[in-house]
Amino acid sequence: MKRTVKALLTSFGVLASALSAGVGTTPAHAQAKTITLCWAAWDPANALVELSKDFTAKTSIGMKFEFVPWTNYADRFLNELNSHGSLCDLIIGDSQWIGGAAENGQYVKLNDFFKKEGISMDDYMPATVVGYSEWPKNTPNYWALPAMGDAVGWTYRKDWFARPEIQKDFKAKYGRDLAAPKTLDELHDIAKFFQGREIDGKKVYGASIYTERGSEGITMGVSNYLYDHGFQYQDPKKPYAMDGFVNSPGAIKGLEAYKDLYKCCTPPGASNSYMSEGLDAFKSGQVALQMNFFAFFPGLYKDPNVGGDKIGFFSNPAGPAIQATQLGGQGISVVSYSKNQGEALQYIKWFSGGDVQKKWWALGGYSCAKSVLNDPSFPNSAPFAGEFLKSMGMIVDFWAEPSYAQLLQAEQKRVHDYVVADKGTAQEALDGLVKDWKAIFKEEGKKF
Amino acid sequence: MNDLSAPSITYRAVPVRPAVARRIRGLSDQALAWLFITPTIVLLLAINVFPLVWAIYLSFTNYRANRANAPTIWLGTDWYRSILTDPDIWAAMQVTAHFVIWTVLIETVLGFGLAFLIDKKFRGHGMWTTIILLPMMLSPAVVGNFWTFLYQPQIGLFNYVVAFVTGRDASSFQMLGDVTLSPWAIVIVDAWMWTPYVMLICLAGLRSIPDYIYEAAEVDRASNWRQFWSITLPMALPFIMLAVLFRGIENFKMFDMVNLLTGGGPGSTTEVASITLKRAAFESWRTGYSSAFAIILFVTVFGLANIYVKALNRVKNR
Repeated sequence: MKRTVKALLTSFGVLASALSAGVGTTPAHAQAKTITLCWAAWDPANALVELSKDFTAKTSIGMKFEFVPWTNYADRFLNELNSHGSLCDLIIGDSQWIGGAAENGQYVKLNDFFKKEGISMDDYMPATVVGYSEWPKNTPNYWALPAMGDAVGWTYRKDWFARPEIQKDFKAKYGRDLAAPKTLDELHDIAKFFQGREIDGKKVYGASIYTERGSEGITMGVSNYLYDHGFQYQDPKKPYAMDGFVNSPGAIKGLEAYKDLYKCCTPPGASNSYMSEGLDAFKSGQVALQMNFFAFFPGLYKDPNVGGDKIGFFSNPAGPAIQATQLGGQGISVVSYSKNQGEALQYIKWFSGGDVQKKWWALGGYSCAKSVLNDPSFPNSAPFAGEFLKSMGMIVDFWAEPSYAQLLQAEQKRVHDYVVADKGTAQEALDGLVKDWKAIFKEEGKKF
Repeated sequence: MNDLSAPSITYRAVPVRPAVARRIRGLSDQALAWLFITPTIVLLLAINVFPLVWAIYLSFTNYRANRANAPTIWLGTDWYRSILTDPDIWAAMQVTAHFVIWTVLIETVLGFGLAFLIDKKFRGHGMWTTIILLPMMLSPAVVGNFWTFLYQPQIGLFNYVVAFVTGRDASSFQMLGDVTLSPWAIVIVDAWMWTPYVMLICLAGLRSIPDYIYEAAEVDRASNWRQFWSITLPMALPFIMLAVLFRGIENFKMFDMVNLLTGGGPGSTTEVASITLKRAAFESWRTGYSSAFAIILFVTVFGLANIYVKALNRVKNR
C-alpha cells in the first residue's frame, strides 16, 4: 500500500513536472493570452468564429467561445453576470440587458476607450446605437459597440407563390395577385389561403409565428402586431405613464389580430414555437410564411431544400397605425469582472475596423456600420439586404430597464394566457399587463 | 493490489508511533466521537443550515442577488402577505395540487397493481420486472424531451395511437398546447416514469408478508378476496403510505420535467409552484420575494409530511 501511494505521488510529480516544463518551453510565438467571448449558439456565431481567426492572426490573442442556445441564453449569461463570474471577457448581450448591466456595473463603460481609439458612434446606424449601446437611452453613455444588427422579418415560399394554379385560386378568392404582403391584413389572407392546402401531395399550413412561453418568444412575435396597431410602451411626454398607450384601442386590436393569426393559420402543435421551431417548420416545407429574425436569413437562403429561388423575404408589413418591427440584435461589451479587459478592448477596437465590418457582413453577420449599410451596393448584396435595411429604419425595442426580465415575464404570461390559453379578452390581457408593469416600476421606485 | 498478489513479500504489523498513540489515548471516547463527526456537522451547517437561515433572513428584505450593492431594506412580513394574497400564486398552488393528487393516485393504484402481479411467480418474471423498471432509470431531462416528440401532433406516436384507437385525426388535438389536455399530459408522463418506483416499494411490502399468515388463512378457508383485504392490503399499507409520501414530496417540488414539457404553458395552465419560484428567483431576481415563497413551500411540505408521518406511524403500530 505504502509503495502504491509512493508510486502515485511519483507519477503526479512526474506529470506536474512535465506539464510545467511544457509551459516553460512554449515557443515565444505562441498565443500570448486567450479571451472568451460569450454569445448565443446560432448561425451568426459560427460566422464570428470564422471572422475572429483574423484577430488571433493579427494579435496572437487566442479566442475561446461560449455559445448557449437561445432558450437558455438569458438564464445562463445573466446568471454569470449576476454572480460576478469571469467566464466571459466579452459578451454579446441582448439589447434589453443593457440597462441592468450598466446600472449593476457588469459592463465596462466604453466612452473613454472610444474617445482614445477614435471610435465614433456616428459611424453606426443611429437606431443600433440607441438599441445596443446607450444607457440611459438617448444619452451619450456607451456600454457596447453595435455588433449584430437584427430585427424580426418574414420569409415566404416564393416557389409556391409563383405557381399559376395557386395564383389563379388566390386571385379568384381575394381579387388581387398573390405577392409578398404589404399589410398585416394581406399577410392574414395569405396565411389563411395556404392553411390546410395540399401542395405536392402534402398538407401545408399558413404561417409559423412566435408563441414560445418560457423565455421571450411570444413577446418578440406579438410586438410586431402591437406596434403596427399603435401600441406604445409609455406616453412619449411622460415616462412610465402607460395607461392608454400599452392598452390603447389600437393595441387591443393588434393583440386580437395576432391571436386570430395563431388560431387560424399556424401548424398543429405550434403553441410553443420560437426561432428554431420556425426554422424547422419552414425548412421542412410545412408553412408558406415564417416569422423570424433576419440573422437566420443567410442560412435559409443557402438551404438546399427551401433556399435559393424558392425563398423570398419581406419586412414586417404595415398595420393600421404604422409600420414597425421588433428589434433583435446585440452589442458587444467588455465584462467588468474580466481579468483580460485589455485584450477584450483590443478585440472591440479590431472589430470596429471598416474592413472587418465588411467581412462580417460577407460571412453572414449583420454589420451596424454605416460604411457597410450605406454603401450603394448593399441593398443588392444579398436577397434580404434591402428588406433588412428597411427594417432597421423602423425598429422598436422592448424595455431595456434594469427590471426588463420582470417586465418581459409579465408580458409573456399575459399574452400567452390570452393568445394560446384562451384566457380572458385582449382588453383584460393588456389592462393586466399595465397593472403588472406599474407594480414592477413602483417596486423600482419609479414615479409616474 | 499488486503487492498483495506478490508471493515473495512478507507483511508485518506497523506499530503506531508512541507519541501519536499517547495523544489518541489522551482523548476520551466522547472527544474522539466529536473529532470524527465535527467535519460532517460543519459541512451540514455550511450547506444546509446556513442557507436555510440566510434564506429566512432574506425573505424579510428587499434583497436582489443581481443588485448585491444596493441597500438592503427590512420589509418585515410584506413578502409573505403579498404572496399569500396573490391570486397567481394560488393558481400555481392549484396546478401543483392537481398534479400531485392525480400523479400520486395513479402511480399508487398502478404501482400496487403491478407489484401484486409481479409478486406472483411466472415465466419471464425477471425480464418483465426489468422492463417495467426502465422508465425510472432514465433522466427526467431525457424523458421530458422524448415525450415532447411523442406528443407532437403531426409526427408524435402518442397522437397516432390515440387516433388509431379513437378514429380522430392525429393532428386534430395537441397534448401540450391545449389548456384542457396539457395538465393531463404531464400527469401521464410522470405516472409513466414513476409508477415503477411505487411498484418497487410495494413489492418490498408484499414480500415482507410471511407466508405462514397466508397458510393459516388457507386453513381457515379464507377466499382470495378476503386474504387480500384482511392480510395483503393491511400489511402492505405502511409501504404504500411510504411510497405516497415519497412521491407526494417529490412531485410537490416537481420542476425539470414540467419545464421541459410545457415550460408552464400554455399560458400558465401547467405552471407548478416550483416554476413560479424559479422565475421569481432566477429570471426576475427577486431574491427576497422568492426566499419568502420558498419558505412558505418548505413549511407547507414539512407540515403536511409531519402530519402524514404521524398517520403512517399509527398504521404501522396497529
